[in-house]
Amino acid sequence: MTTSLASEPSTPPDVQESRSLELASYGDRVFRWLLTLGALFIPVLLGFLVYELWQGSRLAIGEFGLSFVTTSTWDPVAEEFGALPLIFGTLISATIALVIAVPLSLGVAIYLSEFAPKSVRQPVAFLISLLAAIPSVVYGLWGIFVLIPLLRTTAFPFLRDAFAFLPLFQGPIYGPSMFSAGIILAIMVMPYIMSVSREVLLAVPDSQREAALGLGATRWEAVITAVLPYARSGIAGAVILGLGRALGETMAVTMVIGNRHEIAASLFAPGYTMAAAIANEFSEAVGDMHLSALAYVAFLLFVVTVLVNAGARLLIWRVARGSGIGSKAL
Amino acid sequence: MNRRALRRLVSNAMVGLMVVAVVVALLPLFFILLDLVVRGAGSLSADFFTKMPAPAGESGGGVAHAIVGTLIIVGTASLIGLPIGIAAGIYCAEYPGSRLTWVTRFVADVMNGTPSIVVGVFAWAWIVATQKHFSALAGSAALAMLMIPMVLRTTEEMIKLVPNSLREAALALGYPRWRTSLAVVVRTTLPGIVTGSLLAVARIAGETAPLLFTALGSQYMSLDINQPMAALPLTVFTYATGPYEEWHRYAWAAALVLILVVFVLSLGARLAIGRRFTLNG
Repeated sequence: MTTSLASEPSTPPDVQESRSLELASYGDRVFRWLLTLGALFIPVLLGFLVYELWQGSRLAIGEFGLSFVTTSTWDPVAEEFGALPLIFGTLISATIALVIAVPLSLGVAIYLSEFAPKSVRQPVAFLISLLAAIPSVVYGLWGIFVLIPLLRTTAFPFLRDAFAFLPLFQGPIYGPSMFSAGIILAIMVMPYIMSVSREVLLAVPDSQREAALGLGATRWEAVITAVLPYARSGIAGAVILGLGRALGETMAVTMVIGNRHEIAASLFAPGYTMAAAIANEFSEAVGDMHLSALAYVAFLLFVVTVLVNAGARLLIWRVARGSGIGSKAL
Repeated sequence: MNRRALRRLVSNAMVGLMVVAVVVALLPLFFILLDLVVRGAGSLSADFFTKMPAPAGESGGGVAHAIVGTLIIVGTASLIGLPIGIAAGIYCAEYPGSRLTWVTRFVADVMNGTPSIVVGVFAWAWIVATQKHFSALAGSAALAMLMIPMVLRTTEEMIKLVPNSLREAALALGYPRWRTSLAVVVRTTLPGIVTGSLLAVARIAGETAPLLFTALGSQYMSLDINQPMAALPLTVFTYATGPYEEWHRYAWAAALVLILVVFVLSLGARLAIGRRFTLNG
């Protein structure tokens, strides 16, 4: 400072000061402006997505309206489209997935947060997170060549014999089927449900556990009476998050579900899901109406997953407000 | 006394069941990795990485075009997605009171739950339909859109861990806000941001659905981002659902390569954060 004063006596120090302050505030404005641009980009992009999906499906919405979701003809040649079998398949495969995955992932989550020795917790959680890192198409490959042959020769015949009175388990066994898709989906959504519900359980205050144990409960009773009720809505959120995943999962399902536009009572019969239909037919669709019908399916799928995820988020927030649980697992 | 023994028994039985659940949950991981190695490793050779595919039904050849394609598509997606995601993440962490922060965070959550196939349809309508031809660029755009919310969230979480005293110290020394943000806050969290970025790259590297009708896939080596391009996940899909025995072997090998890439990226991400980043405790 002193040397600069000596060499430039014409610039008093307070002018220099204000100039550097000006520069700083200029830099601040540019910086903020750049960041704002990045942050603004995201809502604009989503708005654009909604607009494009709506634009793409306008033709089909105008032609079929809401009857699109209640009719089941899918005839690209006659340009007749109804998405009921797709919606049915999406819901059924996701339901099977949840029925299998929820007890498993809750068991793992409770074990890891409440019972497991410290040395086991991190490695097991890490291994299960690896399941979430496996690409969908690899699950599909494994499903086609390993899981389906295995199910077709063991589990499916067993179920058909043991539960022959249920229409769910009757009829011929092909291999690619609603049930195979449900099982693959169960493996795929399990890591998500597990990791979110584990975080929810870890957010339960220790005083809950101590109170129950102090009253003489066994450790399991403490979990049932004091921990789970506290974490209830967060766990519901984790399950719904898994549902959202299962509804939108594409490649693995496409590869194992059999891809048939039909509603069948038997879980051994091939089916179709919304995502799988888009994946299979979009690049080969001929005619604007076919494309538009598929865009309509995508639009519906988008709306449903947004609603499901918003619901899940609300439930999780109720347990751990603002702690950011689930944002990474999503 | 008897009742107490029963209660203890129930407790132990439940714990036993949970251990069974852990084993059952880990079985698929074990078998998938095992099958990938057993069925895929045999087909890995120098040819596999350096040669083009042989004509359908013939043996030999490789998937060089798909490896190059994945590198180009994922690289372009990262170039688009990472700056936007990181900038938005810094914004959300540095201006937490702003209304835009709330909107962006909410929208990022919505985007995060959006099925990748829907994003693919969007990229198709936006780029492919207007250009009237399939292009790798459309695929990159779709993948970039998938990675933005992931990068945003990790960046934001990481920056939030920086203690306020660090910021205050820098500001008190006369740093302007932007230099405080970049030279102090972002620099402290850099390993965390790198980790988040690597994880996001790992996630999109295996994505297939958004590429189906954007990059489309190709049997030839293509370096033009405006043309259809092959990608490893697309190759796995095409070869696995194709009719030839030879294709199936290649599908397993390509899947093995794909999963090695994904795992190396995720492990690298975890190591990056484990070695240098200690704010996490």
